[in-house]
Amino acid sequence: MKPAPFRYVLAESLGHALDAKAAHRDEARFLAGGQSLVPAMNFRLAQPAVLVDLNRLDALAGVRAAAGAVRLGAMTRNRAIERDAALARAQPLVTEAIAHVAHPQIRNRGTIGGNLAHADPASEMPAVMLALGARLRAVSKRGERWIAARDFFQGLFTTALAADELLAEVELPALPERTGTCFLEVARRHGDYPMMGVAAVVTLDATGRCTRASLAYCNAGDTARAAVSAAAALAGARIDDATARGAAATAKGEIEPRGNVHASVAYQRHLAEVLTRRALVTAAERADQA
Amino acid sequence: MIDDDETRHQIAVEVNGARHLRTVESRLLLSDFLRHDLGLTGTHVGCEHGACGACTVLLDGVPARSCLTFAVQAHGRRIGTVEGLAPARDRLHPLQQAFRAAHGLQCGYCTPGILMTMKAFLEETPAPTEEAVRHALSGNLCRCTGYQHIVDAVLAAAQSMREAKS
Repeated sequence: MKPAPFRYVLAESLGHALDAKAAHRDEARFLAGGQSLVPAMNFRLAQPAVLVDLNRLDALAGVRAAAGAVRLGAMTRNRAIERDAALARAQPLVTEAIAHVAHPQIRNRGTIGGNLAHADPASEMPAVMLALGARLRAVSKRGERWIAARDFFQGLFTTALAADELLAEVELPALPERTGTCFLEVARRHGDYPMMGVAAVVTLDATGRCTRASLAYCNAGDTARAAVSAAAALAGARIDDATARGAAATAKGEIEPRGNVHASVAYQRHLAEVLTRRALVTAAERADQA
Repeated sequence: MIDDDETRHQIAVEVNGARHLRTVESRLLLSDFLRHDLGLTGTHVGCEHGACGACTVLLDGVPARSCLTFAVQAHGRRIGTVEGLAPARDRLHPLQQAFRAAHGLQCGYCTPGILMTMKAFLEETPAPTEEAVRHALSGNLCRCTGYQHIVDAVLAAAQSMREAKS
């Protein structure tokens, strides 16, 4: 239960961090909040030769408004995101979901960038990023590039980041008018990884018909999973109990939950169906009030 | 084993108001630094993967898992542990007083982490509801009490701290 030896590099600037990562590539890991990496190191499931500590890079932390969007710096603590009142107004789905990420002491240290780069399929935030159509900015000594959330999460604990790249920030496009969101999950205890979770986004037109919906799930496959067909079929519909039930029935077949000791695949699909129906109805109600 | 200037580090850490200079290995956890290097064994080590909360300390005033932080990361930071909670040797902190009065501990293993978590919680939330207390306790496991007496103790401590202020 003690980590293997490693070299520790305290990054004094973004350039310093990128130099270290470029020099050591896959041998090095960035240390953000450490709330997933350090447990893995304590169990020796992870044995990086080099840790590049990002915790003094204040420039990577903070919630910033951008043109038609809001940007979350990778080193923004989850607790800071949870408590950001302006973010709660602009992106209530983020605020609603992040309260489910572990416990207050963990959120005090854990960061949004660390969470997303860790790419745990059971985590809430990758699903939220998929549902919101976020994009992520990767930087390296070679330059920078933006990666859409749907391309970023590639598999179990696997992202599109190259060995020399750092996730610098995530950008959430502003929600359109008359858009409502809802995040729901079922966990054995609050703060545990969910057995199933859903992020729903619904946009209505002036007459109350759905113009666009998106649905994304955590613990529903090797990565966060979107239910693209279920969401697309809602276009033009009024979202009520019947249409939500229809979408939920489609969605439960679109995801690929793996099952675990706490929940069988059948139970996970059942949860997905129930949560989808409830989340769609709530998101539509919120859109109508928006 | 690798041994160079990136595996051993000089750190200066303030713990409960006292400054400590030490040389530590990169891989030394803050929990083990507090217990083994400084002899502050009030911080307990339970699961060592962040699930139980027994090792919770205040890092620059904010509750954090000392088993998920490396000692080298504490360089230049302020650490608060349970040893620094009581205002004097013969006086308990209101939280400690309330835990004793309400039987908020049995074996005591989880207690230091709970006290440090609740200290920060009550500073932010001086008049919490029972539900808020239970939510704030969600990151600390206790296998003895069933939590009821812990909740009672925190609510009693909150009240006595409010009364002391007014």
